[in-house]
Amino acid sequence: MNADIIPARTPAEISLARTFDAFKAGLPGNMDVTKWREASFKAFKVSGLPHRRIEAWHYTDLRALMRDALPLASFPGAATIDALRAEFAAARVPRQRIVLVDGFFVPELSDGLPEGLKVRSLASALTEGRPDLIALLSSHDLAARDPIVSLNAALMQDGVVIEVAPSTVIAEPINLVHATASPTPAAHFSRSALILGAGASLRLAESRHIANRAQPVGAGQANACLIVSLGDGAKLAHTAMATGTAPAGVRLESVMVRIGARAKFDSFALVAGIGLVRRQMFVRFEGAESEALLSGVSLLGGREHADTTLLVEHVAPGCVSRETFKYILDEEATGVFQGKIHVAPGAQKTDGKMLCKAMLLSDMAAMNNKPELEIFADDVACGHGATCGGLDIDQLFYLQTRGLPFAQAEALLLEAFAGELVDGIGHEGLIKAYRREVSAWLSARHGPTAAPSRGLIA
Amino acid sequence: MRRAVPVGIGFLQKITKNGAKNFRDRRSENSSGQLALNCSNPLIFGRGKIVLEVKNLSVSIGGRQILDDLDLTVRDGEVAALMGPNGSGKSTLSHVLAGRKDDTVETGEVLLNGESLLNLEPDARAAKGLFLAFQYPVEIPGVATLTFLKAALNAQRKQRGQEEFSTPDFMKRVKALAGKLKISQDMLKRALNAGFSGGEKKRMEILQMALLEPAFAILDETDSGLDIDALRVVADGVNALRSPARGFLIITHYQRVLDYVVPDIVHVMAQGRIVRSGGKELAVELEKSGYRDYVAEPAVA
Repeated sequence: MNADIIPARTPAEISLARTFDAFKAGLPGNMDVTKWREASFKAFKVSGLPHRRIEAWHYTDLRALMRDALPLASFPGAATIDALRAEFAAARVPRQRIVLVDGFFVPELSDGLPEGLKVRSLASALTEGRPDLIALLSSHDLAARDPIVSLNAALMQDGVVIEVAPSTVIAEPINLVHATASPTPAAHFSRSALILGAGASLRLAESRHIANRAQPVGAGQANACLIVSLGDGAKLAHTAMATGTAPAGVRLESVMVRIGARAKFDSFALVAGIGLVRRQMFVRFEGAESEALLSGVSLLGGREHADTTLLVEHVAPGCVSRETFKYILDEEATGVFQGKIHVAPGAQKTDGKMLCKAMLLSDMAAMNNKPELEIFADDVACGHGATCGGLDIDQLFYLQTRGLPFAQAEALLLEAFAGELVDGIGHEGLIKAYRREVSAWLSARHGPTAAPSRGLIA
Repeated sequence: MRRAVPVGIGFLQKITKNGAKNFRDRRSENSSGQLALNCSNPLIFGRGKIVLEVKNLSVSIGGRQILDDLDLTVRDGEVAALMGPNGSGKSTLSHVLAGRKDDTVETGEVLLNGESLLNLEPDARAAKGLFLAFQYPVEIPGVATLTFLKAALNAQRKQRGQEEFSTPDFMKRVKALAGKLKISQDMLKRALNAGFSGGEKKRMEILQMALLEPAFAILDETDSGLDIDALRVVADGVNALRSPARGFLIITHYQRVLDYVVPDIVHVMAQGRIVRSGGKELAVELEKSGYRDYVAEPAVA
């Protein structure tokens, strides 16, 4: 078959084109934004949904996996917002928070934001059309050349723009809560930006909240972009909890980061319990002697599919990048890790390493590991490693001889495997919250017939 | 030496006063160490009841015969030493008893206090009172030693239908035992066996044994790789656990450890079976003459 032939459009692609035609007049933005949207949709239309013959999407054939495109979400009504306010209080969602409901920024639910932080909706930023801000919001798209990012630009409904004044230091996390509240499964396209001025320091904790009224639970389609800009000497610690209970859900996340000089970007993500997840990160070192630590844990069961695709570009010299990811795959789950480190000709003294470890708990689970290094400078230290395997039978046997039933021994080892990266988050409250999620996933694995009590009956 | 064979008259009187049927009641006394040792002497008591019985056990690994129709009996209160040349099947025996999966049991039976073990999972065997101190304790990165110890102890108690220990009760027990074995608090906080020295790993095995209080313990070359001081600490730990209600099987190559932990009986194993049994003097004899009498002549090429 000739790879150049553009395959017949799928129902999902046709439906996305209809959605764009129907909604484009109502989507926020000035003339420049409208042009940007048009150009982006045209780019998407040419490529279509990414499929296995596109190198970057080889292991996540979205065209085959995404059968249909859901209708666009609408702005949450007053009743929804009131219900969420009560749920947040009951669930003790932390106060220092910014809330997006189905991708829309809801200032009424956001709360307790400290000095030095300027927060506004993406819609207002697009309508105002400040050229420097529009440039920042759009400039990554070209570099990413990704159909999903293009689609996001074409259809972005809202999101939040957070600007942190230079030298502002905020110790406690700013929580970015993504709430799903649409009563019918819907698609949301959101784009958010976090701009840290020189010397600013912040911790951004992304989490999910599924509203009681969302039916069926969170089975929507989300396409979210987060654009991060770190000024010289800025520090951002970022955690993202992409968890839920949505076997039919689709979550496409693109994190696009530009790092100035002597800055630090530290990012951890937990993926669990969502049908199809693609997290792609495009990180670019533009200033010298900066650091990016990217890590994540994916816990997959059923027929879940989680893809982490990274592109770290060392343009400036003397920067350090680390990619450390772990997967636990059970049943018929599929994991994908594509880590690419690109070192440009001038980026001497680059130190880049990537490592992906996958634990396969079932013969039907699959892991696709693709580490890539592209090095055009001659004085660099780069390395990569990838492992796939099961649990160590000697460790399991040892623990069993001490009285731990098999399931408990297995859970202890898996918790240690995932916990190593969780412990690296560097914030006690968040470590606890993430450890809880990991334990909950592990104890749910064996269901109500969990082995620990087996011996009592025997 | 703690146990001398001609026993003093005064001691005999004490035994008579306690009476043999009070075996279990006197376990508390054993923690002080001395008395338990003497009680275990079969010359004084006659023989305790059988704790471990291995009958006609044949085992192969990957089609190779390792244990060949092996019989072995260990009684309550008895310390049995198992010696033999490399490759005679000693470690395989310990693994089969503990329940490792890659060994194929062809025939035979293993009974612990009269209950058959072979169809039980390793954790169920542990809950019934079997303990194996590993020749090479396994490193478990990411699992704090204390977390593991508590999980193991409470898993066993749960399987036996006993109440689980609360954290303060558990900590009290561990701290007391760790002190005796010269195990620091820092070591208890580290990941289990990860980066421990050879001596630390072996002491950790003894700590686990002391905490889990098994009915029958196998020590698989616990003496190997230890310097004199570490050997003494480990031996003291074992001696403190000797009790009329507990049997031991000490697998070793060397007589040296048996100077510290004096066995009641010595078995010699060769080619997958027990070929000779005797008193502790047998170990001394082996140290002098080696195993040549027990090793098959190599086939003439």
